[in-house]
Amino acid sequence: MFSPEMWSMLGISILETLYMTLISSLFAYVLGLPLGLLLVATDKGGIWEKRTLNRVLGTIVNILRSIPFIILLVAIIPFTRALVGTSIGSTATIVPLVIAAAPFVARMVESSLKEVDAGVIEAAKAMGASPLQILIKVLLPEAKPSLIVGCAIAVTTILGYSAMSGFVGGGGLGTVAIKYGYHRYQTDVMLICIVFLVLIVQAFQAIGMRIATRGDKRIR
Amino acid sequence: MARDIIRLEGVGKVFDSAKAHVVALEGIDLAIQEGEIFGIIGLSGAGKSTLVRCINLLERPTTGRVIVDDQDMTALPPKALRQARRSIGMIFQQFNLLMQRTALQNICFPMEIAGTPSAEAKKRAEELLGLVGLEDKASAYPAQLSGGQKQRVAIARALATNPKVLLCDEATSALDPTTTRSILALLKEINQRLGITIVVITHEMAVIEEICQRVAIIDQSHIAEIGRVEDIFLRPSSAIARKLIFPDGKPEASFSGNRCLRLVFEGQSIEEPIISGMVLECGAPVSILFADTKHIDGKIYGQMLVQLPDNQKAVFRMLSYLSMRGVHYKEELSDV
Repeated sequence: MFSPEMWSMLGISILETLYMTLISSLFAYVLGLPLGLLLVATDKGGIWEKRTLNRVLGTIVNILRSIPFIILLVAIIPFTRALVGTSIGSTATIVPLVIAAAPFVARMVESSLKEVDAGVIEAAKAMGASPLQILIKVLLPEAKPSLIVGCAIAVTTILGYSAMSGFVGGGGLGTVAIKYGYHRYQTDVMLICIVFLVLIVQAFQAIGMRIATRGDKRIR
Repeated sequence: MARDIIRLEGVGKVFDSAKAHVVALEGIDLAIQEGEIFGIIGLSGAGKSTLVRCINLLERPTTGRVIVDDQDMTALPPKALRQARRSIGMIFQQFNLLMQRTALQNICFPMEIAGTPSAEAKKRAEELLGLVGLEDKASAYPAQLSGGQKQRVAIARALATNPKVLLCDEATSALDPTTTRSILALLKEINQRLGITIVVITHEMAVIEEICQRVAIIDQSHIAEIGRVEDIFLRPSSAIARKLIFPDGKPEASFSGNRCLRLVFEGQSIEEPIISGMVLECGAPVSILFADTKHIDGKIYGQMLVQLPDNQKAVFRMLSYLSMRGVHYKEELSDV
């Protein structure tokens, strides 16, 4: 039903989508993971209580999370251009994706770490563990299964955002869906893009859940 | 006389928040001697958990001093405090094991924190697993262990850094009676073999009775009574002590009637302590007025006259207890 050119274009846009999603997720975690750790550590009763810092970080995260992605995408075009030299294409899309996803990741990490039993943290304190040791040896390993589930959710959310960037020529499946499906009324192209997006989301979700369950020693 | 390994001097703890001002502890003076098993008992909310956390400064007292092994814990800077905590082991009601680590790795954990080389830590952890009788569970995760086994791992973990003191915060409260007894026996053994001072926090008098030499009774943020366990059992001077020892009221008040029971023993085995068994089972005492029994070849013959308590429910249970064990009895009124 599609020409070979169309298929190869779809193939390239799938790769672009994966590229945007995975690289953005990586950078979102590079920023979001430490931010999430800080949010937990500095919270009231946390292992490194700093109430003012906690409030400042929390406010920044909330502000960034309140901006709709499509607005952020356009609003930071000058910043994106300064950083990567262009504001269109998949590499340019990574910049707003990271900025939008990092605070989201921080909140996911925060909620995973808060699931760790307070008694276990107390036991580590009683053994003379320092805040950093509690973070590295208790909080992160104990929250690992939950962090992985959170990661699967974050990656699929970022994938959804990346498709949105099609509206401003961001590249990937979203662009194809908008260019062909929306502007040229080729509904079949739109549908096939959606099918591919669904499959990719399914795959990421399944892989994430599987790794999380396999590694979780609480089960049995 | 042994030296004091733990000394609390005028310790108080106040929890202050915008909504409430809660006095958890006030004017606590306490000295625990090296090598003893010391009990701290109180009803829930009395402040005993806060008290034990003041010893290793998981809770920082608002007033007073805490001296452990000649070190003023309240005056230590954070790093020195962490160092000092390594010589105070602690176990908890909910075990608080790392769920993503095996039993062996859990025991290695405090040694990792202290910077012990990993080969040495592993060797020590294996020894400790042997001490608590779980050699075969080294690679089991906490989720695969029973409550008693988890507490054994927690005890091994608490001993890993060779502490001088072991704090037990309601360590048996989540366990069934049989497991409780075996954990208490283990604690006693550790105390005797390694000479570690043990502080036991509990709300159960039976735990104190089983292993403690001395006990402090905490009531409403204060120490109500402190002394040797036998003395407090025999002559409880505070109302709270009487309440903890006799939860159902004073036993002496319950012998107002003159209902008696004449028991006839016709060769029951003396292996089985019938009277004590009955008293324990039915939760009420009897008074022995007269006894003339003989032991012949491991069997008991003769008669005994006991005065029954006023508690009708207990009497009913006593009668069924005796019938079940084949002891003949006859109810009569005493003329004493």
